Amino acid sequence: MSVRVQRENFDPGAEMDALCAGRVDVGACASFVGLVRAANDGSGVHTMTLEHYPGMTEAALEEIEAEARQRWNILDVLVIHRYGELRPGERIVLVVVIGAHRGEAFAACEFIMDYLKTRAPFWKKERRADGQHWVDAKQSDDAAAARWRE
Amino acid sequence: MMVKILYFAALRERLERSEEQLALPPEVATAGALRAHLAARGGAWEALANLRNLRVAVNQRMAGADAPLADGDEVAFFPPVTGG
Repeated sequence: MSVRVQRENFDPGAEMDALCAGRVDVGACASFVGLVRAANDGSGVHTMTLEHYPGMTEAALEEIEAEARQRWNILDVLVIHRYGELRPGERIVLVVVIGAHRGEAFAACEFIMDYLKTRAPFWKKERRADGQHWVDAKQSDDAAAARWRE
Repeated sequence: MMVKILYFAALRERLERSEEQLALPPEVATAGALRAHLAARGGAWEALANLRNLRVAVNQRMAGADAPLADGDEVAFFPPVTGG
């Protein structure tokens, strides 16, 4: 299990290879990469700045990973989340889950992203032509996280 | 008792403060009571009373308004999270 909160970019392929390296029990490697979108709500985003709560961020991500491991029979998890100023097209987050079979790896990967969106203390601020705006939390994100409790 | 209080994101900007150490009177013994205690400062601090969906964490874990506070605790107030 590992969680990294960093300013630097990451290489998804290299991270996936590293997580699987030296193992022969992995049948599935599921991943998700979140990127900065240029147009959010129709107006152009110049930069996006991610603020976080050092200490709690890592603890919250580790807790989410631990819950995923309780729910599904998976072999390992990697979460990398960036902070600081990012530009459209740049990567924000990577989740990789490896397991024996794809079903559990896919489900755990989606679960981790849904919980991360509603529980990990990150905040996005967009800079556009008309100024800077904090991104509002979406009800659809709450709904996505809630369906795992049904 | 003394607590460390942190403010994040839009709330931090509104309050123009990211953290403080504060000695609490004995009647301020929960996260919710602390929120009301801070809001009573007036001005920008009334945001603590008015903002719907304001979140609170005690010692880096999400907490409810009834979460008890102890000497040396770290309490954080922030808007709903928007990472990922």
